[in-house]
Order: sequence, then C-alpha cells, then structure tokens
Amino acid sequence: MQLTLLALILALLTVIGFQLGRSRAAASVGGRVAELHSVPSYHGLYVALWAGLPAAALFVLGTASEGWLAMQLVLSGLPDRLTAGDVQSLSLLKADILNLAHGVATGREPDPAVVAAARRYTSLRSLADWSLLAVGASLAVAGLAWGRHRVGPDLRARTAVERVTRVALVVCSLVAIVTTVGIVLSLLFEALRFFTVVSPLDFLFGTHWSPQMAMRADQVGSSGSFGAIPLFAGTALITVVAMLVAVPIGLMAAIYMSEYAGRGVRIWLKPALEILAGIPTVVYGFFAALTMAPFVRSVGGALGLDVSSESALAAGIVMGVMIIPFVSSLSDDVINAVPQSLRDGSYGLGATKSETIKQVVLPAALPGIVAAVMLAVSRAIGETMIVTMASGLTANLTANPLQAVTTVTTQIATLLVGDQEFDSPKTLSAFGLGLVLFGVTLCLNVVALRVVQTYREKYD
Amino acid sequence: MTDLVEHEARPAPPPAPPASLKSRHRSEAFARRLRARHAAERRFRLAGAAAVGLAALMLVLLLGSIVSKGYSAFWEARIRLEVTLDPAEVADRNYNALLRRALYAQFPQVTDRAGKRTLNDLLSSGAPYELEAMVVKDPAIVGTTRTLWVRADDEIDQLLKGHYRRDLPEAERGLSDAKVAAADALLASAALAQGFNTTLFTAGDSREPEQAGVGGAIVGSLLTLLVTMALSVPVGVAAAVYLEEFAPKTRWTDLIEVNINNLAAVPSIIFGLLGLAVFLGFFGMPRSAPLVGGLVMALMTLPVIIIASRVALKAVPPSIREAALGIGASPLQTVLHHVLPLAMPGILTGTIIGMARALGETAPLLMIGMVAFIVDVPHGLTDSATVLPVQIYMWADSPERAFTERTSAAILILLGFLILMNGLAVILRKMFERRW
Repeated sequence: MQLTLLALILALLTVIGFQLGRSRAAASVGGRVAELHSVPSYHGLYVALWAGLPAAALFVLGTASEGWLAMQLVLSGLPDRLTAGDVQSLSLLKADILNLAHGVATGREPDPAVVAAARRYTSLRSLADWSLLAVGASLAVAGLAWGRHRVGPDLRARTAVERVTRVALVVCSLVAIVTTVGIVLSLLFEALRFFTVVSPLDFLFGTHWSPQMAMRADQVGSSGSFGAIPLFAGTALITVVAMLVAVPIGLMAAIYMSEYAGRGVRIWLKPALEILAGIPTVVYGFFAALTMAPFVRSVGGALGLDVSSESALAAGIVMGVMIIPFVSSLSDDVINAVPQSLRDGSYGLGATKSETIKQVVLPAALPGIVAAVMLAVSRAIGETMIVTMASGLTANLTANPLQAVTTVTTQIATLLVGDQEFDSPKTLSAFGLGLVLFGVTLCLNVVALRVVQTYREKYD
Repeated sequence: MTDLVEHEARPAPPPAPPASLKSRHRSEAFARRLRARHAAERRFRLAGAAAVGLAALMLVLLLGSIVSKGYSAFWEARIRLEVTLDPAEVADRNYNALLRRALYAQFPQVTDRAGKRTLNDLLSSGAPYELEAMVVKDPAIVGTTRTLWVRADDEIDQLLKGHYRRDLPEAERGLSDAKVAAADALLASAALAQGFNTTLFTAGDSREPEQAGVGGAIVGSLLTLLVTMALSVPVGVAAAVYLEEFAPKTRWTDLIEVNINNLAAVPSIIFGLLGLAVFLGFFGMPRSAPLVGGLVMALMTLPVIIIASRVALKAVPPSIREAALGIGASPLQTVLHHVLPLAMPGILTGTIIGMARALGETAPLLMIGMVAFIVDVPHGLTDSATVLPVQIYMWADSPERAFTERTSAAILILLGFLILMNGLAVILRKMFERRW
C-alpha cells in the first residue's frame, strides 16, 4: 500500500517538476525563449528527471531488498534451536514465517517463537515500507528543488536529458544479453546441483530413465535412475518423423509458390500457410491427441499393425504440419534470393522449368535450405505442447514410430508441473535436461543463422 | 533430377545416316525424349501443387475438427421448473430441496428412492447456487412461485446434443436408461431446452463441465498480456532504436545482434525454466501470478519486437534523417521526432504479432505454476490465475465427454482473439503502408 502511494507521489512530483522547470526556464529569460540554450520543455524534462530518477532507483532497490533484510533481522533474533538446522529446514522455517505473516494457514501447529517471529516480520516490513515512503518522497522533493535551482539560460538541459536517454537506450539493448546470461546461469547453476547427485556420464549415457525418488532412504530402489538416452532417442524419433513430413511438403510448397503459382494464387496461399504458423501449439497438441492419434491407430489396426494409442507417429506428423510453414517461408526467402540471371542462363540452354529448378536453383540455394532445415529441427526439438499432450510419459528406447516414446521437453514439463520441493534430484534433473536442450538448439541456431547470413551476403 | 540423369546415361542414338539437322530433331527418339521431359515437368509441377494442397488440407482438417467438436458448447441444456420459494427453506439456505421439490412435481409417478436420485442427477450441482444468487439479488421473490430455467447436468446436455448413442445398450452408452427416459419426458413437456451458454464466457474453472467457463482464463490472459506489453514494447523499441540508429559497428554490438537472433530461436520452455529458477526461486515471486507470467512472456517476445522494430526503422529512408539533421536537430531529436513516428506503423504491426504469439504460448507458463486449478476470476497481478491456452491444456486432459466439447470451444475463443489481433495488424499495415 505504502509502495503504491510512493509510486503515485513520484509520478505526481515528476509531472510537477516538468511544469516547474518549463515555466521557470521561460521566466528566467523573460519569455524570450530564443535566449535559452535549450527549449523550455527540455528544462522541464531535466527537472522531472532529477525529481524522478534518484527516488525511483531507491524505490526499486528498497522493494527488492527489504523482504530479505527483514527476514535476516527476524532470523537473527530467533533462538538457536530453530535456526541451527540445515539449509532445508531453514527454508522451511522461512516459508512458515512468511505464511504466518501473510495469514496463510500452514497446516500444522506453529511454534510460539515462530508466531512471534512472523509478527516481528510483519512489523519490520511495515516499518521498512513507511521509511521507504518517507525517504523516497523527500529524495524526490530534494531532487526537484535541486533541478529547479539549476534551471537558467545557460543550463545545457537538452544535452543532459539526451545523455540520460542515450544511457537508457543502451541499457534496454542490454536486456537481451542479460536474458541470455540469466538463462545460461540459471540452467548451469541448477544443473550443477543435479550433477553433484547424479554423475553427468550416467545422465548423458545411461539407458534407463525413471526419475521417481523414494520418500525414505531405505526403500527399495531408493534412488531413481537418470539415464537420458531414451529421452534423446524419443526426441530424435519424433523429430525425424516431423522432418519427413515438413521438409518435402514445405520445400515443394515453397518451390511451387515462388516458381509456378501466379500472383492471384500466391496472395491466397501465402496467408493460408501463415495461418498454419499462427495456430497455438496447444491447439496442435489437442488435434494430435484427439484426432490424429486415434486416426493413426485405426489405420494401423486396419493394416494389422499394433499401434500404441500415444504413438510417436501421430505426434510427429502433427508436429511436421506445424513446421511446414516455417520450412516453406524460410526456403521461399532463400529461393527468391537466387539471382534471376542463373535461371535465365538455364532457360537459354533449353532446360525446362523443373530442370532449371532441380539443377540450377536448388543447388544454388542448398546452403540456405540446409540452414532452414536446421532451424526447423531446432524448433521440433524444443516443441513442448504437442509432445506433452500426444506422446507418452514412459521412457521407451525404441526406433519404432508406432510405439509411445517420451521426449526431453515432455519430461521437463511433467517434472516441473505442480508443487515440488525445489532441491530433489527429480526436480533438478529437469534443469539438466534443459541445459542439454538449450545447448543443442543453440548450436543448431548459431550455425544455421551464420549460414543464412553468409549466403545472403553472397548473392547481395 | 533422376529423369535427366537417366537421359544422359542412355546410350547415344545409333549413328544416323547423314541426314539434315532438321530431320534429326524430328526423329522418333527425340520426340520420345521431349515427351519424357515434358511429363517430368508436369509431374514436378503437380508435386508442388500437391504439397500446397496437402498443407491446406491439413489446415482445413484441423479447423474443421475443432469447429465440429466445439460449436455445440455455445449452447447448454436448461430445465424448466416451477419453484415455490418457501421462506422457511430459504432461511435455511436449503435451495437444493426447493429445486428438487419442483422437479419431483413434474414426475408425480416417481416415488421410490432410486427414481428420485435419478431425477436429482438431472440438475446441475451448481443450480442451487444459481437460485441463491437470484434470491440475494432480489429478495422480494421469496414466497412466490416462479418459472425458472435451471441449468441441467452435463450428461443431459450431452444427450440433448446427440453425443450419447441412444441405440446402444445401457452398459455401453454410459448413461442410464432411466435418465434418458426422464430427459425424454421433460422434452415431451417442453420443459427441457437449449439456450445460449453464457457460463462458458463468465465462469472460472470447475470440475463440473456445465459450470466451467473460460472467463477466469480470459482475464488471466489479459492481465498477463498487459504486463508483457508494458515491459517488452518500451524496452524492445528502445533497444531497436539504439541498435539501428546509434550503435557503432563494433564487436560488442555484433554480439548483441547475434544474441538477439539466437534468443528468438530459443525453445519457449527454456524461458519457463528461467522464470522458475530466477523469478520464483531467486526473487521469491508468487507462483501462478500473471505478473511472473507476463515477465517471462516479455523476455520471450522481446527479440520478436526488436527484430520487427529494426526492420521498420531500416525502411525509413536516410533522406528523412539528413533533412532533420540539416535543419539543426540533434541525433536524438532526429530519431524521436522524425524517424520513429514514421516507423511506428511497422513497429505496431510487429508488436501485435508478438503479442498474438504470447497469447497462444503455453509451455513456459506451465513451469511457473499457471497450470493450477483456479475457480475464481483473478482481480490483480499477483492473484493466482491461469491463461486461455493453459486452460485448454488442462481441459484436454479431463475425461468427461463434455470437457472435450468445451476444450474445442475454448480453442475457438482463443483463435477468435488471435484472428482479431492479426486482422488488426493487417489493417494497420494496409492503412499506413508507405512506399518511399
């Protein structure tokens, strides 16, 4: 509540600062604006920045740290018998305090000391909120006064404002880098915790996957086994099926649209394919599970084959359909980039259109097409919803597309859905899988994007 | 390719008697070769058309199967009851008894326990709450007798829509003969009819199909998208402006570029892992909250928006920049006052397409707990919520027949939103498209 109030006060002071700065700048030269270094609105922005920025920085810092700070203070005041335990019991204690402080029932009779701690935590938080409000508001007022004091004909307000804006632009462009670093660090960090329990070699080359961990240490099969080969094989199987559908259809569709179809046909076909690309993956998953899988099963049954109800074939076909527009639009770009002079030369020698395409255009476009297929493979490997909904959960090491297999993404999704403790190997194994997934798709993407780039430069 | 190779491999035609060039081109062998080449051409062309046709067929199949499964969910079965709102029962909040009494009145011949239980099952278990809400809204109706259309159970609903096969024996049908007979009796007296299903749009999730709706999920989706848009659009546009207009061409900016292109191709589930580890694990943000969902989605759509904005900025001709600089604008003024407004339609189009993608995304939200069963419509950014695609995912897992229908209907609603957004993008592009 206090924080909302602070945000409102800041917004108000910023607006006031802008008005004050602008009018003071105009007044300082008696309305002859041309005598100012910067136009009045820059002076307004200058004051507004002074009023808003430092206080906003404090606001962000304060909200990010006050919960942690209050918790540390509370913990230091607790008797040793409560805080002496290991990391797990400590995090449980923290959760209890937080739940009590927020008035959530914890489901067990709380220790009186914990109740007192929760009360202390609440009061500390409210104290911190109020002091943050007071300090933030006074900082904003002080900034406003200082900025207003600086306003005058000689103040280079525009330069100052532009410098701040430039810095803001740079910071925004760094967000993408920070995201990548965040992904790599969070995956690495959690995966390393996983690899302290399970050896990386067992993980990468083991052939048995059953991530169930026993509740008690003496239980039979108390450690789950984390051999990920069946998952990799399952992912590869579904990806191969998907590629067998998507690459021929996507490539032929691209050839047809760029070389054969007239303008009138193309303006209808291209959006139709784009619709296929815009359909959410969960819809494909539903289609795969409820329409394609029974269809594949009944066709297989009619042919006398034993098809599992969650066959890799059904998931793969639907995934292939999803990737068709991806392959076709990338190949379309690549084929269009092949210079017309190559085609004309081929026609001049008397080749038919299909001969030209097969012997001149496609070889010239081959690197780009290979890159497109690599990007499509990376899409197929990383696709989650279709396989989660339509393929099985049991890790099955098989090359038969009529059987049920499970994939890396399916396992990540099922391991992490719902409430689990955050540090069991079962949960952490998902991060190990995520790391592998990220590494593989990253390699595919980097190579493919580089190929596309050099290819584009070659014909530009 | 094989056709042509075949031709080359074929033994050279026998050394023909010295004839004129003309006659060699009219030889039988030549005509045969030409026919084969033209046939190959036709086959190739046909294969191309077949590929396009196949893709289009898949689209039609996909949409067709969903529409045919889902359209009926927009209607629901209701039963007409003459309910006497006995003040004593209302005081006890015994609305269930009131409804049952009214229902038994329509079946005077049913007196045994089993028969009554069958009749009880005709009504939705949510019907008493409906009646209670009505009484709370207008207490004056207590003591009167009212004709009400009360929601029926989902089995009756499905029977009415023809999803149970009447010709099957009772055991295989999954619906007892007694219920079918009771429903038929109600139908005969025009006390059972279908009406527009408003619950589907307003209610939150429920275990009972006839009380489940996507209202909560739509609100959750909107809240999530709001956060996504508020974060990714300003940051994305600012990053694009810097990279396209100001960044010097150095290794550092090259790295940023490569990084953005790669980020756009990272599997979405990885972003979910990031959200789980960083936002939930490290910062301790609440599970299932639209705030966290929006944050994750913002990081995911950021590359899309940056790339689209850069393309739009690139399309603004340099003469605009030179003119602005020539009359004394600073570089930043040039960009903010002249280049950016001209690039805005393109940026908006890219943004809308990015948002449409975020609206349809499911996998990362599963990771951060938006897959919870939530009955209430969320009211704030930190309330537990779910989103439309996740709701579809959860319903798709439910065994009830009625949920299959509702899943398809939810997909239709989701697709409706997507068509709306993409249509808006197309209209924007058409309206503001400018060729320099």
